[in-house]
Order: sequence, then structure tokens, then C-alpha cells
Amino acid sequence: MAIPKGTIVEPGSSKKNKTGSWRTERPVFKHDTCTDCRICVLICPDGIIFGSDHVYDADFDYCKGCGMCATECPVDDIDMVPEVK
Amino acid sequence: MAEQAVKKKKKTKPPVTESLLAPGHRACAGCGEALGAKLVMDAAGPNTYVTTCTGCLEVFSTPYPESAWKMPWIHSLFENSSAVAAGIEAALIAQGRDKDVNIIAQGGDGGTADIGIGCLSGMLERGHNILYVCYDNEAYMNTGVQRSGLTPFDARTSTTPVGKRSMGNQTNKKNLPEIAAAHGIPYSATATVGYPNDVIRKVQKALKIKGPKFLQIHVPCPLGWIHPTDQTIEVAKLAVLTGLIPIFEMEDGKLTRVRKIGKNRKPVEEYLKAQGRFRHLFKGTPEAEAELEKVRQIAEANIEKYGLA
Repeated sequence: MAIPKGTIVEPGSSKKNKTGSWRTERPVFKHDTCTDCRICVLICPDGIIFGSDHVYDADFDYCKGCGMCATECPVDDIDMVPEVK
Repeated sequence: MAEQAVKKKKKTKPPVTESLLAPGHRACAGCGEALGAKLVMDAAGPNTYVTTCTGCLEVFSTPYPESAWKMPWIHSLFENSSAVAAGIEAALIAQGRDKDVNIIAQGGDGGTADIGIGCLSGMLERGHNILYVCYDNEAYMNTGVQRSGLTPFDARTSTTPVGKRSMGNQTNKKNLPEIAAAHGIPYSATATVGYPNDVIRKVQKALKIKGPKFLQIHVPCPLGWIHPTDQTIEVAKLAVLTGLIPIFEMEDGKLTRVRKIGKNRKPVEEYLKAQGRFRHLFKGTPEAEAELEKVRQIAEANIEKYGLA
């Protein structure tokens, strides 16, 4: 790892660190009853739910599996399932 | 069917773009502070200079040599986030680059209410055009949940442990937004991540006002408050609905707007039971019952003072 001179670092460079490995449960977006309200997009603490037009999905490179999207979804269109192999 | 398709098309919103707080930061799953910071940054936009004092927010967002911030960001000492922001403002004015930029100083509750209150007071008094955002997770979470000036009554922390002779923290939350408003600043408000659109509205409103602004955002911490990671928003909402965290706006020292609870009011037990740090209040002993009554009185006093009913 090359360390830059001084203490100035690249903006947004934390993306190098994939936090998806922290996850024990994964959100499954069912794309069934979605009303396009975007509450899941708004409240994701990592800002990694993307999509448009009633189809949204989490970026599993970074999703930590907190489950906030599934709890807050007003139409219950997101399920949390254990991350097992 | 065709009609439905047309209706759906009308509602189409632009695709979601990436937040100004990049993913990959080391906040715990379900972190309320990460959510709060994301909301504030996206509301402020890219033309923003940000300072952050030491604390959870600084530690999880910038593990060297990485940074989650997509705007100019600087880490100050624990006490001087507001003073560094004041320096940035002075430098921008001297260079003639102070038009159409926002300056946001940030800190946790410890860095704001305890360690940094001197510098914060100076910044508010000198009248800099800066928005100070305090993320209030009610203890020093970064170093292992020690009590701060914003820790609520009866909360268990590692420096106010619970036992035979102690029922947790025996002091009340410092009323920081009113201390800020007492400086005669144009805008001082509280918000909570339980109502994210309210946070966005308040940040955008504050940034339109010239002069020093103060915003305190209540952010649950699943680790320190001991609740499941998916309950962050629910716990934040309960804090408001029980009357323990009043949400209000003060302009020029006067209370101008409050979030009414009204019929939705919930008993304080619902909020306390959702968190492990208040578990000792539900032992059923007379002492615990007496403490619960004190918490109920705090909620009652808040509701009366700010007219939340």
C-alpha cells in the first residue's frame, strides 16, 4: 500500500475497503409491492441502495446487513435472510 | 394494465446517485451517526467545507490513508472543530472565495457539549457564517461508552455503572440548543435521524441563513445504547414520541417551531425498554420504580416547556 505524502488523502477513497464481509444477514429486495417511496435509499447508513423505477437493490460489496431497510419498508418488500453457504 | 404503466412512468424519479459520504467507512452496522452525517452532507451538497473533531465520526470515516468524504474535509483536535471552521471562513474571505460555499463544523456530543463548548461559544459569539452540527449519541462511544454532558438521566455507561448503590447517570442532559440560542444566533434547532426528511429540511434552511447556526441531531448508537441494529430509526422515533427528546427550532432566541406529539404520545417505558442501557429500571424494585417516575417527570416537563402536546 502506497502511503501518500503528508496527511492529505484521496476523497471518497474508503471505497477500497469492502465492508460487505461484516454481514451476517442479507436484505433480499423482492421487487413485488415496492411503491417507489425510496425510504430504504434515504435511511441506509452506508448509502448503498441504488436503483430506479420500483427496482432497488443493495450493493453487497458494502452492505453491513444492519436490517434497517427491511424494518422501515412500509410495504414489507424487503426480507432479511441469514448469510449461509 | 396500460393505464397502470402510464401511471408508473409519471412517478419515475431520477436514478439514485452515490452519497457524498462514500461507502466503505467503518461505522458499525445500523449506526445512527453515519446516517446523520450522510443526510447532512447530501443536503449541503458538494460545495461544502467540513471540519470534524475527534470522535466516532472522525474515526470511522477516515482510517488513514483513506477518507469517506467527497468534499474538502479536515480533522481538528477534540476541542476546536468550530475554531478551525472559523479559520477556514476567514481564509476564504481573505481570498475572495466565500461566495456560494457552505462551511460545516461537526462534532459528537462530547466534542461539543464538554470539550469543545469553549470554542463553540467563541464561534457563535464572533458571528461566523458557519453551521455547527452536533451528532448527539449521548456518550463517548468512540472510547467505550463513557458518560458525557449529553448523557440522559439514569443511563448506564462505563463511567456511570449500575449496581447496588447506583442507578446510572444521575445528571440531566445539558440543554445545548438553548445555550447556543442564548448567544443570540439566528438559528438553533434539534433534529433526529428518526425523521430524516426533517434533518434535510433543517440543514438546507440553516445554510440559507447568514451567520452562526447550530443543529443538534439525535443519533442512536446500537452498540452503546444496546439495541438491535435494525431498530435505530424506531428507537429515534420513540425518543421523540415519549417527549424525552423535544424537536424544535429557535430563531433569534425565540422558539418558532416544534414537532408536536399530540395523540401519538407513548409512555416513556416503551423507549426505555427498547434499550439495554436502561434495563436496570425494570427490575421491579421500589428503587427502580422511583427512578422510572423521575424519567416520566422529565418527559412531562419537556412536553409542558415546549408545548409538545
